[in-house]
Amino acid sequence: MDWTAFSLSLQLAAWTVALLLPIAILIARLLAWGRFRFKSLAEALIMLPLVLPPTVLGFYLLVAFSPQSAFGSALKSIFGAPLVFTFAGILIASLIINLPFAVQPIQRAFEAIPLNVREAAFVSGLSRWETMRRMELPLAWPGIVSAIALTFAHTLGEFGVILMIGGSIPGETRVLSISIYDSVQAFRTGQAGVMSAVLLAFSLTAIAIVHMLARRQRTGPHGP
Amino acid sequence: MGREQAPLSVALKQAGPIPLDVALDCRPGELLAIIGPSGSGKTTVLRSIAGLYRPAWGRILAGSEVWLDTEAGTDLSPQLRSVGLMFQDYALFPHLSALDNVRLAMLRSEEPARSRHAAALLGRVHLQGLEARKPDQLSGGQKQRVALARALARDPKVLLLDEPFSAVDRMTREPLKEEIAAVHRSLDIPMLLVTHDLEEAQALADRICVLHAGKTLQIGAPDEVRLRPRSALVAKLMGQTNLFRATVDADGRIRWGDRALTVASTSGFRAGQHVTCLIPPDFIALADGDTTASNVVNGTLTGVAPLGEMTSLTLGVADHQLRFKIGAREAAARNMHVGDAASVQLDPEGLHLLREA
Repeated sequence: MDWTAFSLSLQLAAWTVALLLPIAILIARLLAWGRFRFKSLAEALIMLPLVLPPTVLGFYLLVAFSPQSAFGSALKSIFGAPLVFTFAGILIASLIINLPFAVQPIQRAFEAIPLNVREAAFVSGLSRWETMRRMELPLAWPGIVSAIALTFAHTLGEFGVILMIGGSIPGETRVLSISIYDSVQAFRTGQAGVMSAVLLAFSLTAIAIVHMLARRQRTGPHGP
Repeated sequence: MGREQAPLSVALKQAGPIPLDVALDCRPGELLAIIGPSGSGKTTVLRSIAGLYRPAWGRILAGSEVWLDTEAGTDLSPQLRSVGLMFQDYALFPHLSALDNVRLAMLRSEEPARSRHAAALLGRVHLQGLEARKPDQLSGGQKQRVALARALARDPKVLLLDEPFSAVDRMTREPLKEEIAAVHRSLDIPMLLVTHDLEEAQALADRICVLHAGKTLQIGAPDEVRLRPRSALVAKLMGQTNLFRATVDADGRIRWGDRALTVASTSGFRAGQHVTCLIPPDFIALADGDTTASNVVNGTLTGVAPLGEMTSLTLGVADHQLRFKIGAREAAARNMHVGDAASVQLDPEGLHLLREA
């Protein structure tokens, strides 16, 4: 069992959830209630990581991270070094590929809140921030928990993009899924089996939580 | 409560998407009912007052406070307008108890006064003991009472009620109506009630505002609007069906076909002018015996419909149908049937002349 890889996977998943959640809540709220041009295009862009091969995404990120590109040199000046083959690099990749998993459930939850309930909050004197804190977020909570569980599980399972831009540096970019791949390559089947089982258990738990919450949302006090 | 009692004054104009041409005002302590068919813009007027809808042109004043003045660029947010709005389908916060629904509308006041005031408001609408219930554990009438308590929680300067009775069943309607009448008696603020139910409007309102296609057609006391409508359209919107075309004769008389009728007033009309004439059902009475007496009209019964205590009668006169009601016992005693000849007397006080459109 590659404990370093396991710990790295958990760190990557935790950081992804922590950084992505506020961004996802803002994007989801905007997509649920905002009216602006190119909304469909924005929704499509966010869904893109679901259908794009990880290699395509990985390729573009490699190009973007390259110090020869404007974006890459800007990142280099922020982080002091190129982002390829670093933890920060795979974290940025992880934030991008997890966008649909984080935004979608929260967007659906926001969309389920009737407009007149929000208006009732405004008329009751609640500011936009108070409305969000006391009404929108509690009502969207099952969607937010779904987003957390899905993002966490999906980050643990991510392989292609990380391999493309992170490679397999122990303690830096070699996460559990990469470690499993390396073990199989090196014919350490037993180790690969244990790590696969751990990943399976984690993912199953996460998906079960999502379904449990989805059912509670359908039958519970807030729905349908 | 020691605060300036401010009248509400509303003027709204826009060509579309929802046409509006509204001018109305409401005094402190007055209940103004806005009636009109669905799609007439009633709810849009309330939403504009609450700050949830912005018309192309508008001016809304609550006393000396300017809530909306599109020309001056003033448009206060709903949070700053101090309105209580009772939504048609309650719009309660589904995750909060009845008490917390009310408490949340009083964020500006401090605990424990806040909880005490919220509980008192729920008591005022007779919901003692149900404070801890969530909306989905309350009946429609109870939810509407929570909505009323929440609308009052801000200590609003204006109370807006959007079709408060439409989502509750008949049995719940009467006590809820009494609840709103009680609030009306005890609060010295302008109250606007949007409804399409004429009976509700007449029972609760001090004045009625008739709205059609976004335009205020007439505002007045319930009986004034019902008995002295400004136009045939207002009469129809007030549910009047007994309208017929007539010609003004000299001095207080009109001709309806070959019938001469005495009316209370022909002032403002000249002899020979074509008019539409209204006779409300409660100014029609069955005429006995002398069918040549003044204002007696003969016809044939085309409808006899029992309505419980009352029986609705329809009398065919030429190609017009006059509808009116008599007591069910009288109808039974007279043994009336469709096809029978009948005579009615039209009270001159009820005959009201309208200019032809």
